[in-house]
Amino acid sequence: MITCAEAVRQLWDYLDGLVDESQREAIEEHLSFCRRCCGEVEFAEELRRFLAEHPETELPDDARARLVATLEELEKRP
Amino acid sequence: MVRANEPEEPTARQSGGFQALAERELPRLYRVARRLVGDEAEDAVQDALLKGYRGYGQLEDAAAAPAWLTAIVVNCCRDRARARARRPEVVELDEVEEFSLFRTIADEDPYPYSDSLHLDFLQQFGAEDVRAVLASLPERYRVPLVLVYCEGYHVKEVAFFLDVPLGTMLARLHRGRKLFERRLWDYAREYGLLKEGARR
Repeated sequence: MITCAEAVRQLWDYLDGLVDESQREAIEEHLSFCRRCCGEVEFAEELRRFLAEHPETELPDDARARLVATLEELEKRP
Repeated sequence: MVRANEPEEPTARQSGGFQALAERELPRLYRVARRLVGDEAEDAVQDALLKGYRGYGQLEDAAAAPAWLTAIVVNCCRDRARARARRPEVVELDEVEEFSLFRTIADEDPYPYSDSLHLDFLQQFGAEDVRAVLASLPERYRVPLVLVYCEGYHVKEVAFFLDVPLGTMLARLHRGRKLFERRLWDYAREYGLLKEGARR
């Protein structure tokens, strides 16, 4: 039987599918009776979504033009 | 992936392939670079295009080209981040290891009238706030975290990009997650996000 600390330590790896079968079973057994760690799992999932949905600036047209110009210059090299 | 004794410059046919590859990948490469070095993204991609052009002739597997070019961008970004850092940051990993953002929010209860305390906490953060928190992480932890969770790369791909064993990558990812949680909390405290309705 694993402790809350052990379960929490492995939660992200569990959600990422990076734990082996025995670790997965141990975590799921712990989650079956530990409400607090279930909250930790739900929050870890929220944090993963939070990071995945965090937007980033797309390639601006002027930067794209400069980068393509670099590629064209490289193509012209003898 | 790389054949020995190939000429350093690509053949005409291959270099044409490089331009097509790079143009196709530019939006993705730029986005990755933005996440890793912010305003220096365009310069980092420029660096990577030059390196990629020189190395393209040695690339044996065309299917691996996008990942190969991504690895070059990631490493150009890391070079820039390292050059910018005055000295490596000392991180108290033992303290961070024990930190749980979920428990801290529950214990501190920053929004007493909230019935979705943890979600409300995350909703205080705008895109610039998240960018600032990620930028505050040491490069060795930020890069795996951003590539896996923001960009959706598999941990094995990121280990390849960084040229480190998978175990090393997983350890850095684990510490990166813990440190990110800790820094989110510290940032919220410092910038007044722990007050009811601070940003809404």
